[in-house]
Amino acid sequence: MSDTSTAPRSFQEIILRLQTYWASKGCAILQPYDMEVGAGTFHPATTLRSLGAQPWAAAYVQPSRRPTDGRYGENPNRLQHYYQYQVLIKPSPPDLQELYLGSLQAIGIDASLHDIRFVEDDWESPTLGAWGLGWEVWCDGMEVSQFTYFQQVGGHDCSPVSGELTYGLERLAMYVLAVDHVMDMPFNDPQSPIPLTYGDVFKQTEEEYARWNFDVANTEVLLRHFEEAEAECKAILDQRHDDPKTGKRIVMAHPAYDQAIKASHIFNLLDARGVISVTERQAYIGRVRALTKACADAFVQTRAGGWTPEAVA
Amino acid sequence: MPVPDLLIELFSEEIPARMQTRAAGDLKKLVTDGLVEAGLTYASAAAFSTPRRLTLTIEGALAASPTTVEERKGPKADAPEKAIEGFLRGAGLTRDDLEERDTPKGKILFAKITKPGRPAAEIVAEVLEQTIRNFPWPKSMRWGSGTLKWVRPLHSILCILVTEEGAEVVPMDVDGIKAGNTTQGHRFMSPGAITVRNFDDYTTKLQRAHVVLDASERADAIWHDATNQAFAQGLEVVEDAGLLAEVAGLVEWPVVLMGKIDDDFLGLPPEVLQTSMKEHQKFFSVRNPKTGRIERFITVANRETADNGATILAGNQKVLSARLADAKFFWENDLRTANAGMTDWLDALKNVTFHNKLGTQADLVDRMATLAREIAPAVGADPDQAERAARLAKADLASEMVYEFPELQGLMGRYYIEAMGEDKAIAAAAQDHYAPLGPSDDVPTAPVSVAVALAEKIDKLTGFWAIDEKPTGSKDPFALRRAALGVIRILVENDLTLDLSEASRSTLKGHGVDFGNETDPDNYKNMDIGLNLLAFIHDRLKVYLRDQGIRHDIIDACIAMPNNDDLNLLVKRARALSDTLKTDDGENLIQGFKRANNILTQAEEADGVEYSYGADPKFAETDEERALFAALDTAEAQITPAMQAQDFTTAMSAMAGLRAPIDAFFTAVQVNSDNATVRRNRLNLLSRIRQICLAVADLTRIEG
Repeated sequence: MSDTSTAPRSFQEIILRLQTYWASKGCAILQPYDMEVGAGTFHPATTLRSLGAQPWAAAYVQPSRRPTDGRYGENPNRLQHYYQYQVLIKPSPPDLQELYLGSLQAIGIDASLHDIRFVEDDWESPTLGAWGLGWEVWCDGMEVSQFTYFQQVGGHDCSPVSGELTYGLERLAMYVLAVDHVMDMPFNDPQSPIPLTYGDVFKQTEEEYARWNFDVANTEVLLRHFEEAEAECKAILDQRHDDPKTGKRIVMAHPAYDQAIKASHIFNLLDARGVISVTERQAYIGRVRALTKACADAFVQTRAGGWTPEAVA
Repeated sequence: MPVPDLLIELFSEEIPARMQTRAAGDLKKLVTDGLVEAGLTYASAAAFSTPRRLTLTIEGALAASPTTVEERKGPKADAPEKAIEGFLRGAGLTRDDLEERDTPKGKILFAKITKPGRPAAEIVAEVLEQTIRNFPWPKSMRWGSGTLKWVRPLHSILCILVTEEGAEVVPMDVDGIKAGNTTQGHRFMSPGAITVRNFDDYTTKLQRAHVVLDASERADAIWHDATNQAFAQGLEVVEDAGLLAEVAGLVEWPVVLMGKIDDDFLGLPPEVLQTSMKEHQKFFSVRNPKTGRIERFITVANRETADNGATILAGNQKVLSARLADAKFFWENDLRTANAGMTDWLDALKNVTFHNKLGTQADLVDRMATLAREIAPAVGADPDQAERAARLAKADLASEMVYEFPELQGLMGRYYIEAMGEDKAIAAAAQDHYAPLGPSDDVPTAPVSVAVALAEKIDKLTGFWAIDEKPTGSKDPFALRRAALGVIRILVENDLTLDLSEASRSTLKGHGVDFGNETDPDNYKNMDIGLNLLAFIHDRLKVYLRDQGIRHDIIDACIAMPNNDDLNLLVKRARALSDTLKTDDGENLIQGFKRANNILTQAEEADGVEYSYGADPKFAETDEERALFAALDTAEAQITPAMQAQDFTTAMSAMAGLRAPIDAFFTAVQVNSDNATVRRNRLNLLSRIRQICLAVADLTRIEG
């Protein structure tokens, strides 16, 4: 399927090669999270799993939405819906940089011809209450990935530290495939019986969503949804850890986190509609952060988050 | 004993460029300080940095710290056995080690404690470990399962002591990282371990492995190649020392490549090209000296390639084009909005909060427009122009370009306002009204710009005073100290007279502060706001003048005078006084003044009266007394008109001229004469000295 000695020919081949590469390095290849998120980091496989001491290694594609970046599919690089490829390994292995460079080789970036650089970029997510140190990785002056050693997530110190890699797939693929406009990029193999470009798949949706995001989305409904998601998240977390029906200890960190993700996305939509002032912005971000932090607090009370009955006793 | 050299290299993942130089310096200081403290002196030391390593070389260190002998005084020889035993335990000695000596206080036991020297390796290992564990990185991190903190994961420690017999690895281990004698070359061009024997061997092998160790050597090479390539095309590189230092910290093996900017983008303002290229790509701008236009870019790659950088350059060019396409899109959209009168932007400012208690940006603009019009005459600006300029000054905050590049705020406003066909003075105010941004930033000088700049700052100060959000301690989130310094510098450096109390009172009213009527008790409270704000500005003025070498007591002496809300007047007075006090006459005059003032004050307290008028030369008994009368008449005749003309230099030199007659008076004359009339006359004479001097500045506040 993907012979890495040749150059990839399509967007999907680049994704497939990344999947194969990271699978070969021992990562669990997960599927995208089934909710609207602004970045791959929001997937619980990254946010929540970076907490606690349990080892973890996962890679996945995550569709991501940034309503303010919509350009009706006309801008060569900007999209309101795009894909990120995400890798999270805990604890971060000592050869993570080499592993990462291997993935570039796998998708056809020959390090002997290109200029690959690790340029300081401290990562911080105000809505996730998270920060880490690392770089943006440049290939010939273009940012092709984010590389971060998580230090704190949801207000909790990460110990051990996770190494996180995020590839902006469209931008990276356009570069590898030498395409100038994202909509012209071959989605499947151009030699296929029915060759499809990125534009064939997404040009229309970019238009539709840009119009909705900027001008149509009902802000009153969105504001209400935000409040509801916030209230539901808190209500879930207010439940007792012991489930009265099964008699088991069930901390509902993930359902609560879903509501936090929802609130975060609704905030992004409201932002795109231009109804949030600068001062309000900070307040909204603070409210989302309070939710994700509460979810992180709940997750570390679960087994996956490192809780054990013994630790309590 | 052979004299060893020490070579240390801390090899890590990529260190942020901006931290490297400082870190190399810290490594040198911490290690050398630690060695010296442990008794290990050295001849010379030098530190270097690349993106992946900090290196320290120390030459001519001691092979071991010297043996030291310390003498410790113990108890008396006839002290109880227990006391002697305690002393021995504390010193780690036995009774045989003690020596009994006769002293004036009797027989006392002394101990000699010999501390043997320690080998260099042992000391180095300790000092280096401490250095690594306590390194002052601005930000550091953990990685993997470890607890060690470094700027990015630390991979290896090279630490060798080099003597004529060869190199010896200093045995040490920091969180599982064992020191060794190997390093790595360039990540891509020369991967693999390199074994190192000494510093020369290290630099030679690194150079061969495509690593230039010295950052200044890398910067020089970059600048040399860049200017040469530009020169060959008849162009010049736009100088940017900060960018050069940063780029030198991004590469171990710099390769300079020059590329073209697509013709499509040459119409963008040069600042936009420059900012976009620098901020996003870390490119140098290359200018055509004939047209002033930015036509090319320089990028610095970290490697050589088989195609001589062709792929790298093409990639960079493509990224740049995408970036500039964005910038061009913003520029063209913005020009459309500007040409339509900027109404979209001005409307947008109504939805942007300035501060939740101070309204929106549009409210701010309204207040600025009113104030700019009000103060325009005082700064020589046309009121209509000042108001118009204030109305447009913040419009670009709503533009797409400024959203993308906040650092271009103001500058884009100027471009867009000019594009609308407004007067250049109005356009310039958009760019200038933020200034000065720091103590060394230029102040605006064009009258319209000055009016808007002052309006912006006075509105800000009064606004935050009205809602009681004053700076406290180190907290000044709204940069009010900077705003106050801005007001001071604009007025003083442009030699402008502005009634600051009036301007702030009217803006405070605009902020909803009710001054009420004179009998309203709140009125007094609100008056305090104005006084408190003035005191804050005076505090900033003290800092400003102190930096110019004017003492705080001199400033206090001037602040105590009337019209202290005219900052320019205040500064002129302070400068004149400071200059006067630097002269011999001036310095001594102060002593004379203080003496006169002290005698007078004591007499007034004792007599319960105020001596003010009526000194008459006819009661004078001595020549010195008569001379002082004459001198005071002369000085007063000079000082009064000079003060009216605000010519402080003349007034103060006339005042300083009183020094000799005052000194002579005090030498020859006893003020407290037995003759009551003579005494009263002399006290009234002293009072004239006081009045004349105090009209110039409150000299009672001068120290010393």
